Amino acid sequence: MIDFLRRLFRQTGSSATAKERLRLVLMTDHLELAPEMIESMKRDLVDVIGRYVEVDREKIEVNFERQDRALAMLANIPIISVNRPKENGNGAHVTLEPPPQVQASPAPVAEEPAETQEAQTPQAADQTPPSQAPPPSRKRRRRAQQKATSTPAATPVPAN
Amino acid sequence: MQQTEPIVNTVATEDHAVAAGRAIVVTSGKGGVGKTTTTANLGTALAQRGARVVLVDADVGLRNLDIVLGLESRVKHHLLDVLEDKVELDDALVGGKHCDNLFLLAAAQSREKDEVETASMCALVVRLCERFDYVLIDCPAGIEMGFKNAVAGAQEAIVVCTPEVSAVRDVDRVVGLLGNRFRPQLIINRLRPALVKRGKMLSVDDVNGILRLPLLGVIADEPEIIITTNRGEPLALRPDNPTGAAYRTIAARIAGEDVAAPMPADPRRSLFARFNAIFGGSQS
Repeated sequence: MIDFLRRLFRQTGSSATAKERLRLVLMTDHLELAPEMIESMKRDLVDVIGRYVEVDREKIEVNFERQDRALAMLANIPIISVNRPKENGNGAHVTLEPPPQVQASPAPVAEEPAETQEAQTPQAADQTPPSQAPPPSRKRRRRAQQKATSTPAATPVPAN
Repeated sequence: MQQTEPIVNTVATEDHAVAAGRAIVVTSGKGGVGKTTTTANLGTALAQRGARVVLVDADVGLRNLDIVLGLESRVKHHLLDVLEDKVELDDALVGGKHCDNLFLLAAAQSREKDEVETASMCALVVRLCERFDYVLIDCPAGIEMGFKNAVAGAQEAIVVCTPEVSAVRDVDRVVGLLGNRFRPQLIINRLRPALVKRGKMLSVDDVNGILRLPLLGVIADEPEIIITTNRGEPLALRPDNPTGAAYRTIAARIAGEDVAAPMPADPRRSLFARFNAIFGGSQS
């Protein structure tokens, strides 16, 4: 009971503050970079990654850690969707278009055109690992296509 | 990156190979974390184990190690006298009060750190290593010339850190300057387990989670240190005191014994220790 009351009125320890301050100060010490520089690096990093996938800009975390004797940068960048954002106006449109074409010609002859189709769509390239892999069997191919067509519905359409 | 900055010449390294003793610098970057107290206590503890030990006060201009050891009245000559060949090494070495095999080479009080020549400091440390098992060098605060000279002749480093943001930052910087050659080992000093428990002080894991150094041991913030320093009798002379015992354990670890790093007792569990502190051990 006493323990419970004590826990109830206990303030959060200042050691947590000390630890966080220490972490930040060492980060800048090691980098010899000003905090603004880190911010701008973070922005650039997100811009580059954002060209391929849509990322949550609000929740990006970039930390620096000492690993043994070296400094490591650890970036945690949440991906909202694997659709290519904005560039083509609407990500969902791009991914919806090609699959029907591929499905229309499921014969093994269509292997080559199908492959180029897949490479062009970012969605398919992300879902199926084929591009460099040997041509998969017809069955597997079809399954992969179904997966590709079904995902746009499942993934949230990026808000523009 | 700072870790790669070479700060000291490695002249002494080959010479050390033939000498038997180990030259260990006690450093921290920040002042007031307990380097001198640590040096005095570890030196005493090592000497009590039977090793031949010399303590070198490299804090030229701010001599303190003699005070902590209670030897201030016996110091006649100092480090710079020896470095400048004004006196023989034997005339400058002061024998310890409590151990026959502990010696002190005091710093000059009225000189400046820049007056020390790095090469001759290196040569002196090598010379001491031929005669002693341990040469402990008490490094001045800072990372300037005094630090460089203190570190120059050493082969190993012990870094002393208190659980404070500023101390950890400075140790991190010093370790970066030392690089891998000195294989720095950590002593966390002045930890208050009660505060750590309440989340009001950085814990051992907090500190070493950042520094990631081999941990020699943790020393509690011990009121008895003040009393022993007042008297000029290192606490390591008293194995009945938990902190005195901790210094001895660290000394054993330095000597290569496979014993666990000492940790201050949990305040809630050590009722007996508290009882002892109130009614038993304390003499002021």
